[in-house]
Amino acid sequence: MTAKIVIGLDGTDTGERALAFAKDLASRVKDCTLLVIYVIEWSPFTFQTPEENEQRHKRREEEIELANSRIVAPAVEALKKAGFKASGLVRHGDVAETINALAVENGGTQIIVGRASAGGFSKRIFGSSTQNLVMHADLPVTVVG
Amino acid sequence: MKINTKFWLTSLAATMMSSPLAAQEAAGIDQRVNEVFANLTGPFVNLIFAPLPGTSFPWIVLWLVVAASIFTIYFGFVQFRFFSHAIQLVKGDYSDPNDAGEVSHFQALATALSGTVGLGNIAGVAVAVGIGGPGATFWMILAGLLGMASKFTECTLGVKYRNEYPDGSVSGGPMYYISKGFKELGLPGGGILAIVFSVFCILGALGGGNMFQANQAHAQISGIVGDYPGWITGIIFAAVVFAVIVGGIKSIANVTEKVVPFMGILYVGAALIILLVNYDKIGWAFGQIFTGAFTGLGVAGGFVGALIQGFKRAAFSNEAGVGSAAIAHSAVRTKEPITEGFVSLLEPFIDTVVICTMTALVIVISQQLIVDPTTGNYMLNEAGNAIATIDGNSGVALTSAAFASGISWFPYVLAIAVILFAFSTMISWSYYGLKSWTYIFGEGKTSELVFKVIFCVFIVIGAAANLGPVIDFSDAAIFAMAVVNIFCLYFLMKLVKKELFSYASRLKSGEIKKFAH
Repeated sequence: MTAKIVIGLDGTDTGERALAFAKDLASRVKDCTLLVIYVIEWSPFTFQTPEENEQRHKRREEEIELANSRIVAPAVEALKKAGFKASGLVRHGDVAETINALAVENGGTQIIVGRASAGGFSKRIFGSSTQNLVMHADLPVTVVG
Repeated sequence: MKINTKFWLTSLAATMMSSPLAAQEAAGIDQRVNEVFANLTGPFVNLIFAPLPGTSFPWIVLWLVVAASIFTIYFGFVQFRFFSHAIQLVKGDYSDPNDAGEVSHFQALATALSGTVGLGNIAGVAVAVGIGGPGATFWMILAGLLGMASKFTECTLGVKYRNEYPDGSVSGGPMYYISKGFKELGLPGGGILAIVFSVFCILGALGGGNMFQANQAHAQISGIVGDYPGWITGIIFAAVVFAVIVGGIKSIANVTEKVVPFMGILYVGAALIILLVNYDKIGWAFGQIFTGAFTGLGVAGGFVGALIQGFKRAAFSNEAGVGSAAIAHSAVRTKEPITEGFVSLLEPFIDTVVICTMTALVIVISQQLIVDPTTGNYMLNEAGNAIATIDGNSGVALTSAAFASGISWFPYVLAIAVILFAFSTMISWSYYGLKSWTYIFGEGKTSELVFKVIFCVFIVIGAAANLGPVIDFSDAAIFAMAVVNIFCLYFLMKLVKKELFSYASRLKSGEIKKFAH
């Protein structure tokens, strides 16, 4: 059986645990590739100043570069070192929607994410990205505590 | 700089000795600022508002209306044909998910709107209805609908001919499409026209985008806390704007950008509540608007007076044909410049057709304008230049009184809304002015700082001067931009038509399709 496990990282400890769980799982499957995704929270419906708009393209490149160099590239590197077939992706958007969309787009068979790492008032009202992903994903989702 | 220092010192002195002498001195400053300002700007104002020979009709109003009508016909009523497509674009139906994180259509529209929705919708409409009667509203709506085509033309060009720098930042606007577009068409004079536009844009930024805002914000505050010298409001505003545009304190601008849309919704919501409560008068109010549009109902200048006021205030409010929005819209990231043109045509619709009409309806329904019971016509004030109002209010005070008649505490909310709108409009226009300034003088820290300081000084002058000269100068400066911009748009519109034709056929063939989100 071939499998493609998609791992959603958020740059925190829970993401690391999700990564460890995915490695464990992948090692039990014969032909398994890993796709590491980091989503930069962004909405097309926010209000910005003209200056922010002018600089937006540059900021976007910087954000992608930073997410890649700090989070995604080291994770992919570590997975490759451990003998796994792995690749990484960074994209802007709504975290839950984007992880799901990228997983489907890239032929993923399941998604592994860490549990919500932060609490707070807004999370109580709107739910966390993890909650949203679990409720709306098109693929099986494993939440690592 | 000299004037600024003087104001600071005087402010300090006035705070330290709160004697009647100091108060007199303070009032004297306002008066002197007003006199000097009126004398300096008089000839420029007279030139822009010169009437057509043998009539009392300002040529500039005709200039704007004719242009908007020509664009409407030339592009085959693009504002109606592509209205729903524009909404789909704003919703992001046609946005490639791979471009997520770039400036979206919604963001470009919202930024441009926060520069236009503001005092023009609150105070400007009150001026139009106060002088031109309810009939001015009809002409305002018509001007708004036609203006959608002007906005479409300029914003498409704004994106098409913007400058993209190696670091990924962009600069766009009429100065860029005039110089580049004329070159592309092999026409002479593009460079000079671009500079002339930039000069007028700087004046517009200092006038309508600054002084008018400061002036009306002061009127609103002093209406609530009691009368006090305008330059005090001016200095406070100037200090906050200075902190944002020079000090780079983004948090203030960010908070404003987030609160302003909320205020806009609150404003429209309050207007809707007043209209719902008085639903039985809505039919009558529209009757007044239609009758007034063609008879004038006794206003100064008759129906032509209503028409002039309607068109003037609509143009001032939605800035269609002025070219300012093209600067704001050019930041969007799109492979198809024309899509931003479609999105921008929603701007005059939201600004004028929806929000301005709401304000006008509330003013008419609240019956702030005094009607002669025997003739049914509106009564003029003592000076004979505007309709008499219940408390003698005009401008933002008239809108405030109209809302207060429905919701007694609303003037307080309105005061906050006016201050925030004024502030966000100033921030937007400081950017438009700066872009024009750097187009002429080049980019660089010192050059930019000089403009920003001048901008802040004008806030103080605007708050201190009387509404009359300030509104005249603001209108004149903004309409002067339209003179150059529209003249150039006539030459450049065929480039937009080519884009429109190509886009429309690809949309029809299915080559341009929606993305699954």
